[in-house]
Amino acid sequence: MLTILFDGFAYGMLLFVLACGLSITLGLMNFINLAHGAFAMAGGYLTVVLMNRYGVSFFLCLPAGFIATAFLGAILERTLYVHLYGKSHLDQVLFSIGLVFMAMSAIDYFMGAQQQLITLPDSLRGRIDLFGISIGVYRLFVIGICLLLAVALQLVLSKTRFGSQLRAAVDDPRVAQGLGINVNLIFSLTFAFGSGLAGLGGVLGAEILGLDPGFPVKFMIYFLVVISVGGTTTLTGPFLASILLGIADVAGKYYMPKIGSFIIYTIMVLVLIWRPQGLFGRATAR
Amino acid sequence: MPQFLSMIWPGRATSRGKLADAARWHPLEIGFWVLALALLWLLPTRLLLLNEIAILALFALSLDLILGYAGIVSLGHAAFFGLGAYIAGLLARHGMNDPILGLLAAGAGAGLLGLLSSFLVLRGTDLTKLMVTLGVALILRELANKFDAITGGADGLTGVTMGPVLGLFEFDIFGSTAYLYSLSVLFVLFLVARQLVHSPFGLMLRAIKGNSLRTSAMGVPTNLRLVTIYTIAAAYAGIAGGLLAQTTQFVSLDVLDFHRSADVLLVLVLGGSGLLWGAIIGAVAFKLMYDWLAAITPQYWQFWVGMALVAIVLFGRGGLLGLAGMLRDRLRGLGGRA
Repeated sequence: MLTILFDGFAYGMLLFVLACGLSITLGLMNFINLAHGAFAMAGGYLTVVLMNRYGVSFFLCLPAGFIATAFLGAILERTLYVHLYGKSHLDQVLFSIGLVFMAMSAIDYFMGAQQQLITLPDSLRGRIDLFGISIGVYRLFVIGICLLLAVALQLVLSKTRFGSQLRAAVDDPRVAQGLGINVNLIFSLTFAFGSGLAGLGGVLGAEILGLDPGFPVKFMIYFLVVISVGGTTTLTGPFLASILLGIADVAGKYYMPKIGSFIIYTIMVLVLIWRPQGLFGRATAR
Repeated sequence: MPQFLSMIWPGRATSRGKLADAARWHPLEIGFWVLALALLWLLPTRLLLLNEIAILALFALSLDLILGYAGIVSLGHAAFFGLGAYIAGLLARHGMNDPILGLLAAGAGAGLLGLLSSFLVLRGTDLTKLMVTLGVALILRELANKFDAITGGADGLTGVTMGPVLGLFEFDIFGSTAYLYSLSVLFVLFLVARQLVHSPFGLMLRAIKGNSLRTSAMGVPTNLRLVTIYTIAAAYAGIAGGLLAQTTQFVSLDVLDFHRSADVLLVLVLGGSGLLWGAIIGAVAFKLMYDWLAAITPQYWQFWVGMALVAIVLFGRGGLLGLAGMLRDRLRGLGGRA
């Protein structure tokens, strides 16, 4: 029972790292980016290539995955995404679905359609016994990293100058611009950073979530559930939502494998009917 | 042209006159349907493909009603298509194999789901709409997967046998009955949709799409109108799904897949949304493109579909019909100067 709770927690933390970049994009520019999962997939596949072809250590792959996808995100933001900020949501949805299709086929072409496996370093394998609960070392490692990231993100957002500029831009981009804040630059940086986080999540999740060309579509729904249940105005909302989702998903699949994922979608639809702004989001004018 | 006329005959400027003008048949439209019928004899070897085109066109037409005319963004329109397909398939499997009755049942079932889910969909922002439509489609897919005793699950629903259409026309392996059947259904429903969008109801939908706050201030029952069109569109999609099940005599989980919802969006923007012909032209273009790409790169055709989506959004507004309209205006401009 407790093991399931723990695994669910680890799963939820992973979802948070994967999804929080999307929450910022959606909250800041009101941009619906369904291609977020493609960045996570890029991070995962980079790890597979680095580890299995070049024998790079897993620990080096973590920062590499972050930097490479952040860079990719920055390039795509400057060249493609920037044209779509003012466009309708329909256009944004179509555009990002197009990107997802391209990414999936490209991965299929270069890497093949099969599930990719990575071998974790010895120090992260096995299980330990903690207070009578059997815990996978790797899951503990994932939780540690994700918690650190969550705390760091919260600190950056609430304590630094960049964080307050970002929050100002979220609340009202026009006034923020008027006050001399370079909203475009902030958005580029945030987009790149969010993509990087997705990439890092992809590296961490390659072992837990599995990695194949269908990844962006398979997990897109999870990211969107996190965002829509948690709301886009704070980081705490998506954080709590992803933990809830992680535990509910793992427990549901364990206890009721027949209707496991059915529960999640139903909960999401119910929450959205009850509170269209998300459980923890506050109502905005938009 | 209508403006020019209204200056000479002020009577033409009445709203009724404008509606009648917009609803007038263009010779090209009649030509299209004649050609579509003639293809039955002109292309006897490609009737299965033509049948799929007709079904896809009906599905896109249904999305056009809510997206193009009412401005409701949906990522889960396959829910209604899939439900219709399963209803028609299951009815035929369990002995009730009259095609027309099956189609009516498929349309009614999907319409009911549309009516029920419209109250969920019409709340909240675009993002909420996307999520709820996507969620409804996913829930249905999960249900179809889990209740495999009824639906056949991942193996698909087999054993669908159809009786003759109207008791007269047996389905054959070349697909000539199938194509004629799908084309007739498409034609009838196209006429209904045409009537609908050129009625005051259709104009009201466009006004709601433009600014729902103003229309409700003008006294239009905004929500009721949206619920109505959502239900109608759902029934259309259900009938399209039913056609697929009946003419291919097989239903798989694929009918509820996310890809189907995304593909139909592409069909619509490819042809031009907000125009009934956009759905049909889009379906023709999409299927031909698919057929061609799948022959060149069987596994990776999706890449080019994705690229088409990106390109349409970045460069082409209004799809193929928008492009055609622009060309026509250019040519007219040239003609006027010469």
